[in-house]
Amino acid sequence: MTLFLINEGTLFACLVSSYFYLALRNPAWPPAGVEKPSLPIPAVMTALLLSSSGVLVIAERGFAARRRLRYRVGVLLTIALGTAFLVLQGVEYADKLERLRPSQNSYASLFYTITGLHGVHVAFGLLFLLWALLREVRNTAHPPKSLAISNASWYWHFVDGVWLVIVTSLYLSPRWS
Amino acid sequence: MLASDGGVSGLRPVSSAADDIGRGDPALSTRLTALWETPDTWVARIATVDHKTLGKRYVYTAFVFFVLGGIEALLIRLQLARPDNTLISPNAYNQLMTMHGVTMMFLFIQPVLSGFSFYLTPLMIGARELAFPRLNAFSYYAFLLAGVFMYASFAIGQAPNAGWFNYTPLADAVHDPGRNIDFYVLGLLFLGTSTTAGAFNSIVTILKLRAPGMSLSTMPLFLWSSLTVSFAVVFSMPAFTVALGFLELERQWHFAFFDAARGGSALLWQHLFWVFAHPWVYIVFLPATGMLSMVIPTFCRRPITGHTYVALSTVATGAIGFGVWVHHMFATGLPQLEMSFFGGASMLISIPSAVTIFAWLATMWYGRVVLATPMLFALAFIVQFVIGGVSGVMTAAIPFDWQATDTYFIVAHIHYVLLGGSVFGLFAGAYYWAPKAYGHMPNEAVSKLAFWLMFVGFNVGFFPMHMSGLLGMPRRVYTYAASSGLAGLNLISTVGAYLLAIGIAIGLWSLYRCRSHGPAAGANPWGAASLEWLTTSPPRPFNFAHVPLVDSRHPLWDGAYSVGPSLDGARLSPLTTAVDGEPVAPIALPEDNVWSVAIAVAMLVAFAALLARIDVLAAAGFVTTLLCLARWMWPASAHTPAAAEA
Repeated sequence: MTLFLINEGTLFACLVSSYFYLALRNPAWPPAGVEKPSLPIPAVMTALLLSSSGVLVIAERGFAARRRLRYRVGVLLTIALGTAFLVLQGVEYADKLERLRPSQNSYASLFYTITGLHGVHVAFGLLFLLWALLREVRNTAHPPKSLAISNASWYWHFVDGVWLVIVTSLYLSPRWS
Repeated sequence: MLASDGGVSGLRPVSSAADDIGRGDPALSTRLTALWETPDTWVARIATVDHKTLGKRYVYTAFVFFVLGGIEALLIRLQLARPDNTLISPNAYNQLMTMHGVTMMFLFIQPVLSGFSFYLTPLMIGARELAFPRLNAFSYYAFLLAGVFMYASFAIGQAPNAGWFNYTPLADAVHDPGRNIDFYVLGLLFLGTSTTAGAFNSIVTILKLRAPGMSLSTMPLFLWSSLTVSFAVVFSMPAFTVALGFLELERQWHFAFFDAARGGSALLWQHLFWVFAHPWVYIVFLPATGMLSMVIPTFCRRPITGHTYVALSTVATGAIGFGVWVHHMFATGLPQLEMSFFGGASMLISIPSAVTIFAWLATMWYGRVVLATPMLFALAFIVQFVIGGVSGVMTAAIPFDWQATDTYFIVAHIHYVLLGGSVFGLFAGAYYWAPKAYGHMPNEAVSKLAFWLMFVGFNVGFFPMHMSGLLGMPRRVYTYAASSGLAGLNLISTVGAYLLAIGIAIGLWSLYRCRSHGPAAGANPWGAASLEWLTTSPPRPFNFAHVPLVDSRHPLWDGAYSVGPSLDGARLSPLTTAVDGEPVAPIALPEDNVWSVAIAVAMLVAFAALLARIDVLAAAGFVTTLLCLARWMWPASAHTPAAAEA
């Protein structure tokens, strides 16, 4: 799992590097006529993901302490927060797509590719958590330590960490220059 | 034993105790066979996770692609045999030239070396399986299906045609509107999952399943190569995945990444591609050096000189390999400072390679060289790799590179390193380990004939390319004018290529034949030092009847091994610590299953649907993949602990 996450992390590093590579080679970034990404919705999305990671840590401790109810409620809450994140991303896209299509320029292509791929990772993380929950419910994951449970959690924390890099690179960095 | 059996004089097992542990306990052998054996039915054969079966399939499949790529090369050489030839059209030539490169780089040399690694690693470390046997089955089927997927492009006459670097804008939808490049992109994305999964498997196996007592500093050098290239895959493959993903989004959904008119950059492809592809050159080269580091000590009858330095050089080459990619782009108008840095790094990387070569030479100097077939291939490797290495250092000098880039000089360079180096090293390994896998010795006379044909053919074929390149012959062009004066050199190259092909055909035949013919090999026909020679040839389904306990770099020479527990209650293999090889506990390994195959097939459907733009089917394929994955990861019973992880 560690290796898988290193591999995935490298993937996002390559994506973000491509973003900055093209940013440096264009006279204006975002290009003229394209507004900088607005912050309120991503701020809420960030809050959702960060709190979901916190809730998940509490759930994992519940699992280790054989408190099954705490684990189950915690995971379900994590899944709810993650789903809310995806809904908000949909809202953001619906608004943005009216003014900026992915094919318009390289900035738009990178923005939608990077955030979209992250969204796919969030969705996969949700399925992973659901699968781990199912294993706990069906008694095929045994406390205090289960690879199924901890791998799903690690994946979720990883996806959250990647989001912080994306927020910094795609939403905040255009405002610094 | 050998002098009479295999006809190789001067080699004999050092100790008569160097035989399989556990012989003479038929009841134990029967119990273990029942646990590990693959039943003789079709479903069982597809579902098997035996690393030896899958490793051999890997090697056979890769050799089939080798033959296909070789036929493409022979057609290219036929076209270039005389000037202004019209045998092959420019369009067909582009497809042949591209698929030759793609096949040899992605479908042959890396998979075949992986196949050897998956076959040999558990045997070398005294384990019974790889760490993730089902993942290994997935790797194999994904490799097979990705190869079939890419070759299906010939059926509709639209094989990839933009060279194996696939540079944009040549490869974008405007300049290459057919399906050609989509086969390349989707096929290699698919293959990338196989390669990455295989790398995870190698790393965890080498770090976690070594026999008790085998520390990192005593493990065989071949494993240092496997470990290094597996980490290189983990760190380099994502760059290629990103590049391929970008290109497919641009081709099929009109995204803008490489299109300068919309703020993209064609150089972005080149950077991402070479960040991946330069490490890839080492990924397909270092395992061959690892094989040589096993072969040379055996045929010099002494331990390798500078074991630690060779291991460190291997790791250093893998690491520096990430800092040299720009040397493929010196002619693209990059800033001077950037180029100087990468020129320096490219010269630097020759140092660890030189350390390895000198270690081999010193081993031979102090040893007693036995010129068996594997050793002949090893010697040819050294000669040819030094030539390829020197022409590599030459092109690290930027002004020279400007002169030589995109000419046949570079074609000569890459073939000296990868064919004269990697493939000759591979043949050294194949002749070395074939007796282990098949239990019979290859015919020595036929093998040597194959070697000499290959050696002469290779050098006659590729050495003149240095000259035709310096005289200005550009690579990847389907013909040349009679007035260029290049006809003689090209004809010599073509003759050499056909000689090489005859040698390879005889070599492959002699290797295949020893599956059933030839003198019995016995456990250790070469009198070698490492653990794979401890068990029977061919190894039984469970590899070792008892867990070997080792305390030396050369356990079979020093007699520094002893018999551990037999672990015959379930599919068990010992788990040990990553650095020191201290025993932790036995771990249970999974049974045969069909879900790994199912995932590979579902992915094939998804990628084929993406190619045909049937988006619903593609989505269905990926959903099926996830469902199979969820089922696969579900434990078979409440008592099966999951495999270890890194």
